Amino acid sequence: MLTYTLRRLLGMIPTILIISVVCFAVIKLQPGNFTDQYLEDPRFTRATADAIRRQLGLDQPAAVQYLRWLWGVVSRFDFGYSFFQNRPVTSVIGELLGWTVLISGLTLLVSWLVAVPLGIYTAFNRNGLGAQIANFFGYIGLAVPDFLASLLLVAFVLSLGGTNVGGILSSKYIDAPWSWPKVLDLLNHLWIPVIAIGLEGVAGLMRQMRASMLDVLTQDYVRTAKAKGLTQQKVIWRHAVRNAINPMISLAGLSLPALISGTIVASIVLNLPTIGPMLYTSLLNKDQYMALTLLMMSAVLLLLGNLLSDLLLAWSDPRVRYS
Amino acid sequence: MTAVSAPAGVARVPSPLALAWRRYRKSRLGVVGGWMLLILYLVTLFSPFLAPYSVTTQHEAFSYQAPQAVHMVHKGKLSRPFVYGVKQGRDPVTFARTNVIDRENPVYISLFVRGEPYRMLGIPATVHLFGVPEGQFFFPLGTDLLGRDLLSRMLVGGQVSLTVGVLGVVISFGIGIVMGGLSGYYGGRTDDIIQRVVEVLLSFPRLPILLAISVLVPARWPSTWVYAGIVAVLAMIGWASVARVVRGQVLAARQLEYVAAAQALGVRDLRVILRHVIPNLSSFLIVSATLALPGYIIGESTLSFLGVGIKEPMTSWGLLLKEANNFETLAGRPWLLAPGLLIFLSVLAFNFFGDALRDAADTQSR
Repeated sequence: MLTYTLRRLLGMIPTILIISVVCFAVIKLQPGNFTDQYLEDPRFTRATADAIRRQLGLDQPAAVQYLRWLWGVVSRFDFGYSFFQNRPVTSVIGELLGWTVLISGLTLLVSWLVAVPLGIYTAFNRNGLGAQIANFFGYIGLAVPDFLASLLLVAFVLSLGGTNVGGILSSKYIDAPWSWPKVLDLLNHLWIPVIAIGLEGVAGLMRQMRASMLDVLTQDYVRTAKAKGLTQQKVIWRHAVRNAINPMISLAGLSLPALISGTIVASIVLNLPTIGPMLYTSLLNKDQYMALTLLMMSAVLLLLGNLLSDLLLAWSDPRVRYS
Repeated sequence: MTAVSAPAGVARVPSPLALAWRRYRKSRLGVVGGWMLLILYLVTLFSPFLAPYSVTTQHEAFSYQAPQAVHMVHKGKLSRPFVYGVKQGRDPVTFARTNVIDRENPVYISLFVRGEPYRMLGIPATVHLFGVPEGQFFFPLGTDLLGRDLLSRMLVGGQVSLTVGVLGVVISFGIGIVMGGLSGYYGGRTDDIIQRVVEVLLSFPRLPILLAISVLVPARWPSTWVYAGIVAVLAMIGWASVARVVRGQVLAARQLEYVAAAQALGVRDLRVILRHVIPNLSSFLIVSATLALPGYIIGESTLSFLGVGIKEPMTSWGLLLKEANNFETLAGRPWLLAPGLLIFLSVLAFNFFGDALRDAADTQSR
């Protein structure tokens, strides 16, 4: 298994290099560069703007800029400098990483805890009222994009007179030491992004789980298990769910890239301190190394997620072999 | 060719299409979805006629006018539908301009009213479905900051939101089918190159790469170009997954006898792919195109919402929702959220319809 993992990881390197070239090309295709904004400012002369451009290395050809960045990454784990934030890219990302992982991790956890049982339930009671309602909510979840869900939840809370919208903590707790009221306040803010981001995921996962459950229920071994007189409980959990969960486990790996991309829109609407909005602002401000690093991060997470999903599947399903 | 009549006593065998239609009709949600789609597209087609005002007309006196309710009873007497007019007033304390509902003078709504000129399907016209006498105003869903009628903007915005998806799917499936077809049919070097490209495209989570490419569409472009640009961006990302699936299917279809027969007859390769291999996949492609459409609608509305999609003076549902994106509006002017309902309904309808189509096309599990 170790050799398989290593081989896959090594195989990723050329793909990652190609992706980074493509990303940089896409970013560079935007006309102009970061220092152009100074030209519209009367306090800056053209000479000053040129000096800043030279300082930032933006006067070099694009290929040189890319190779320098790449060398920085490889030789000293330096992902370049964020012009817009005036700080190294790694320190900006490091600061936001905690909240990002917390919010998207919590969202993933909650959506799995809700979706998998619901999927199992709806598969068993296909025509029951509860299942019909759950299915209908599934359709609704798929049809409400995350930005709309965020807007609606905020409008709902505001119309009830609530104020815990936007940001992640109330202002009085921002610099306060951790305490129970602060945790409660955090949770009070977090439920909106968790629902807004998780809605679509819950609906999708529930449908997947139901479909894979229904597949399994028609299999011979489930009939055999019933025929040899096992209790209903045992048939469901040991035979049906155990096998139906395998495709879901491989889906778990695939949700890794959602760590960044899932929070982009909701974080913009709700002013959350996550990495997502940073990608958006860096693209708009031609903050090239920031944008490049974040695009690379999301691509690498996707590749790692694919690998993780294969490994998890092989771990959970003994029929799957490494090849 | 003459039709062969079925011998007496033998039941006629329905065609596969008729069977599929029968299965589709059985799905209640699917039929509902189909009707919803039909209505949505018809409304969009006739939107300039259905909309009371033009998309760009600014009613300066009616900034952030709340939706006006339609009444039927005036002073205890039943009458034809009317709205109460709005009078300009000043808040006695803050002197802010406020619009006061004038309960004295009902403004009657009439059908087929002459109003602002518009072009529908290229035909110039001035008659709108409903409206109020000149000098009076009726905003069924309220107005935005610039006093533009929200209902009109929603209806006409559908022209963008509902067509971006269809065009995007047609283009991306077109590219995907050809690329996947070539890749699966020829194999070897062609396959390697195409699959490498597909792999790189699929290595990006959708939204980050959509954002990165759509900021390339210059803001200075006229809005019709921007529209084309957004369609191109969506299609450019979307074709990769289609190509991958089509490749797999073509690999399987290549082994079939009739394909070998066509090759033996000396039919050109592209023709074999498009006439003999792809039609075999048609039901699969139609179903996955229908199920892919909501993704394009949501993609466009997300990009427009973030300000990197459709630009003024064109409008789309996502762009309209952008105006609702601040807490002040959400608290005090919730009617600006109305375009979200149309996004919701259209995605819902496509999902209903697509699921029913998938079940109808599926001949195995019955």
